[in-house]
Amino acid sequence: MSDRLPTLGASPVELPRPRRLLGRALGRPSLPALVGLAVVVVVFGAQAPGLLTSGGLASVLDSAALLGIGGVAVALLLIAGQFDLSIGVLAIASSLVTALLIEEAGWGTWPALLVSLAAALLVGLVNGFLVVNTGLPSFLVTLATFLVLQGTSQASAQALAGSARVSGLDEAPGWASAHAVFGSTVQLWDGRFRVSLLWWLAVTAVGTWTLWRTRFGNAVFASGGARRAARQLGVPVRRTTLTLFCLTAAAGWLIGTLGVVRLDGVQVGAPGLGSAVDFIVVAVIGGCLLTGGYGSAVGAAIGALLYAVARQGIALAGWAPPWFQAFLGVLLLVALLANAVVRYRLKAVPRS
Amino acid sequence: MMEPGPVEPPTGSAVPALELRRLSVRYGSVHALSRVSATIPAGQITCVLGENGSGKSTLVAVLSGLRRHDEGQLLLSGEPVHFRSPQQARAAGIATVWQDLAVAPLLSIWRNFFLGAEPTRGIWPLRRLDVDRARELTVQAMARVGVTGLDPDQPASTLQAGARQSLAIARARHFGVRAVVVDEPAAPLTVGQQTLLLQTIVAARSQGLAVLLVTNNPRYAHLVGDRFLLLAHGQVAGKLTRDDVDASDLMRLMAGGEEFSALNSALTDLHSELGEG
Repeated sequence: MSDRLPTLGASPVELPRPRRLLGRALGRPSLPALVGLAVVVVVFGAQAPGLLTSGGLASVLDSAALLGIGGVAVALLLIAGQFDLSIGVLAIASSLVTALLIEEAGWGTWPALLVSLAAALLVGLVNGFLVVNTGLPSFLVTLATFLVLQGTSQASAQALAGSARVSGLDEAPGWASAHAVFGSTVQLWDGRFRVSLLWWLAVTAVGTWTLWRTRFGNAVFASGGARRAARQLGVPVRRTTLTLFCLTAAAGWLIGTLGVVRLDGVQVGAPGLGSAVDFIVVAVIGGCLLTGGYGSAVGAAIGALLYAVARQGIALAGWAPPWFQAFLGVLLLVALLANAVVRYRLKAVPRS
Repeated sequence: MMEPGPVEPPTGSAVPALELRRLSVRYGSVHALSRVSATIPAGQITCVLGENGSGKSTLVAVLSGLRRHDEGQLLLSGEPVHFRSPQQARAAGIATVWQDLAVAPLLSIWRNFFLGAEPTRGIWPLRRLDVDRARELTVQAMARVGVTGLDPDQPASTLQAGARQSLAIARARHFGVRAVVVDEPAAPLTVGQQTLLLQTIVAARSQGLAVLLVTNNPRYAHLVGDRFLLLAHGQVAGKLTRDDVDASDLMRLMAGGEEFSALNSALTDLHSELGEG
């Protein structure tokens, strides 16, 4: 008789010997970025010794901070398998809202900042809502948002303020306290270190903690890496995605606010799509897979640092600025290849 | 020779653990399940048999909270329930072994184990995963299904197919306090893996759980099943108990059902009026 239950008893299931070293390397998405950072620091440290002085360090960290805040937020979104191209233009649009409310409507600084934050969150909510409910690729949805925001902010700056520049905000009530929170600096030796550095560190720390130590973080990883499994197990994929779009919008607002407070005004230029892609480049250099499910906030922060060192290094070494773009392209390609290797290794085991 | 044999259902529980009453699920105008009534008693293994597209997967989706039913009732210990999410179903003690196992390859084993139901400590802004407890429970639960010497921090992609299945089974055993739904894995199983799956099912029955085994393999079903629910085109095509049939009967019924439905769909294609009603 064949329909007999096979002998009961603990059936041994063989486990592969864990490959410790590989496992550990794979557990650290930021490793390639860290290696890249070391290489870049050594190369440009030799080419442009000014980079390693306190002044050079301050300017590198300053440009890394703004990039890093956005990079960390975008990294979280990439881990959940989504894209956001609108964060850079959202920074400018939200700081324009702040500036117009202060300058044209005569509001106090803090109410203006709160309203621009609310506006930014609304944009994030719309982005997230469209992505979650229509199933359209977030790349295209946020590209549309990018275009709408850029056009609207340029047109409304012209219409309401009469020029592409709104300035002279420092007489508004509450400006001093806002400046203390978003714009204060510390002079150490001959470098001026800005408070944006602390914001960057805080965003990275909170991002890391959230990713690895909260249920939300688990949901972020699962939403990107295995959406079907996440749904089957009751992970709130839609809510997680919506929250993440709001978080990147808030990060855009923070970048914009740090800028508007520093400059006492806002210049609505014509940022190309390049600035929209910067944050994604930073996150990818930091080890995020474009397919989702893998990456880290620390990696994105290191990616931002790498980016900033290269940009400052090329400027200080006296190379022509366009070389930076070429360098960035090479860097991105290397990062993508490194990530592809990781992905191959992680998926190498046959699916059951 | 070892016969699993049906276990006496827990005495005094006249109310079945799970019951479907004229339950319907529609996708647009298509009836995935149409007025299905069935009982899934505690301490018994109910096998759902049917070919692809007969509504088995929809039934699993309803019982595990992934899909809400449109009409009829789903009763849990006599109480009507409407699960809004798989989380609610799991909280009510119904756990599922999914056909694709529902394992996130890039997440560590313990994160996979508790995905969607992670233990936490602390209060809200600082509420965090109870990592140590989650790791410990994962190792214990995996040891119960025979996987020992496990590093719960390894990504699930480093597990071999058998161990991944063990992960899905261990998870269902951990969360399935009242009922376990097993959607037979689509991937071909080795004898060892099949043994593990059947062992789990039998063990769950002997602990008084309601077990629902969804399969399209009658021989396999007859090995452990106490009751058999045959589905065809979203409707109940037959309800049988172990006393009614033997394996070859089931096989013939299944085959007959397939033949019948193949014929039926061929005719419906030719004469669309047959498909109505």
